[in-house]
Amino acid sequence: MRVMLQHLAHTRSGDKGNTSNISVIAYRPEFYPYLQQQLTAQRFKDFYAGVVKGDVQRFEIPGLGALNFVAQGALGGGVSRSLCLDNYGKSLASAILAFEVEVPEQLAPSLRGQRTS
Amino acid sequence: MKTILRIGAGSAWWGDRIEPARLNAERGDLDYLCFETMAEATISAAQVRSRRDPGFPGYDTYLDDRMQAVLPGCLQRGTKIISNQGWINPNGAAERIVHWLRQLGARGVKVASVGGSLITDRVLSLTDTIMENGKPTSSLADTLVSAEVYLGAEPIVAALQQGAQIVVTGRVADPSIFMAPMMHEFGWDALDHAHLGAGSGIGHLMECGAQVTGGYFSDPGFKDVPRPWDLAFPIAEVQPDGSAVLTKVSGSGGAVNLLTVKEQLLYEVHDPANYITPDVVVDFTTTHLEEVGPDRVSVSHISGKPRTPTLKVSIGCMEGYIGEDMFFYAGPGALRRAELAKRILEERFRIVNLQAEEVRIDFLGLNAIHGAMSPKNQPEPYEVAVRVAARTKTREEAIKVGREVDGMAVSGIAFTGKRVPHQERVREIIGVWSSLVAREKILPTICMYES
Repeated sequence: MRVMLQHLAHTRSGDKGNTSNISVIAYRPEFYPYLQQQLTAQRFKDFYAGVVKGDVQRFEIPGLGALNFVAQGALGGGVSRSLCLDNYGKSLASAILAFEVEVPEQLAPSLRGQRTS
Repeated sequence: MKTILRIGAGSAWWGDRIEPARLNAERGDLDYLCFETMAEATISAAQVRSRRDPGFPGYDTYLDDRMQAVLPGCLQRGTKIISNQGWINPNGAAERIVHWLRQLGARGVKVASVGGSLITDRVLSLTDTIMENGKPTSSLADTLVSAEVYLGAEPIVAALQQGAQIVVTGRVADPSIFMAPMMHEFGWDALDHAHLGAGSGIGHLMECGAQVTGGYFSDPGFKDVPRPWDLAFPIAEVQPDGSAVLTKVSGSGGAVNLLTVKEQLLYEVHDPANYITPDVVVDFTTTHLEEVGPDRVSVSHISGKPRTPTLKVSIGCMEGYIGEDMFFYAGPGALRRAELAKRILEERFRIVNLQAEEVRIDFLGLNAIHGAMSPKNQPEPYEVAVRVAARTKTREEAIKVGREVDGMAVSGIAFTGKRVPHQERVREIIGVWSSLVAREKILPTICMYES
């Protein structure tokens, strides 16, 4: 079954210059392999098409069940130059909550939050 | 030597709340209370302001509020204070703190200022290359406002060794503010990268205050925390080996758990195995986390690698202006009116020959935040704000944005809602660039004061 990432992981974004880092952290250790396999740097970059203008690098931290995406050219030139209302990109990490992940049916009872679809 | 050092956060940025700092001072039973009050452009903005406003003292504009809130509690408990509220005038900040100490009748308290981070007059000879684009830093000569080095924990430790009970600094790397007390109390050497890695990692977890105690976190139904209106700032109970328990004053709102700590661990981190600070290169990939009680998370095994031979320099430059404004539509057809309004603005910017590097006209409620990646097939919102912004070289061009939004009031289309501008619609851009300077070229200074 396909579920939105928000049922598997929580996320946070941080800014440095024109680069945004978005961490994706599995709610449970057993969710991590699905994120690790399916949420590649390329898929992440495709998902943020039009917003992330530069390269995306992915770092794996299996001990924390976390992936850290470092997206260059994501902040409209940098916090002070950006014309975006959200110039720090504080809300950028919420977009990836809609990324769809294929997981086995037996994970359904342990998914986080109410599912609407 | 202390067996457990209690370090609390007092702020995570200039605009942070003050009540949680007071709570930590009064009920945190702290050995140290640490304040972080700067963003990347804070120093440059302060330089610009001090040129125009001779009355601006050059330190944290909330220094008085913060010190009045925490000094009584800190004096009573004997809590020392480390703070980067000095901005471009740490001496002035130290003198002001002495003033508040005397107001409270506290005599003989030693206050140290740490300076030496400002290198505006020397930056072009001390640095070579802009890290972001590879160009020579000399290309910034005409627009340069300010340059400052990110100092590490060492000068703060030196001030503590000279007996300071309060240390106020200019630019210091954020984790260093929190690690300095650990180095001082546990006797860690400046080259002991194992301990400094652990301590700096704890500092990183503390530097954003409530972001590790349930702030920037709540998401109803997915990540709920108790009473998020009553968040406390964190407290680290640090052991001599650099491991720590993160917690907060009991009875406060928010939460300290594995989720909040993991999110903050990776906040503003790029390569988690190589997080570069002035003191040490931190490796977060080895971290062990464990919930050891309610709102208590044990953090251990953060490791460190030897510090780099260079220090980071932040260079602020005047780069132009942004003009921006907003107006509104509601009810049936709100979006179609917003779309016509956008067309009118685009045509009028042509008529007035707006010279801009970039123009952005967004519909708040539809695509103003996530921009081009916003879903295309959304239901029409009941209300839409048209938000327009342009980046220009001159103030005159930036002013055109607000002037054409003014024109939408009576020369626009039906049902245009528009506020009278209640804030400045033009702001200056201080662009921030980075470079590196050889560590040995930078000599921090310490001045001691006494109340």
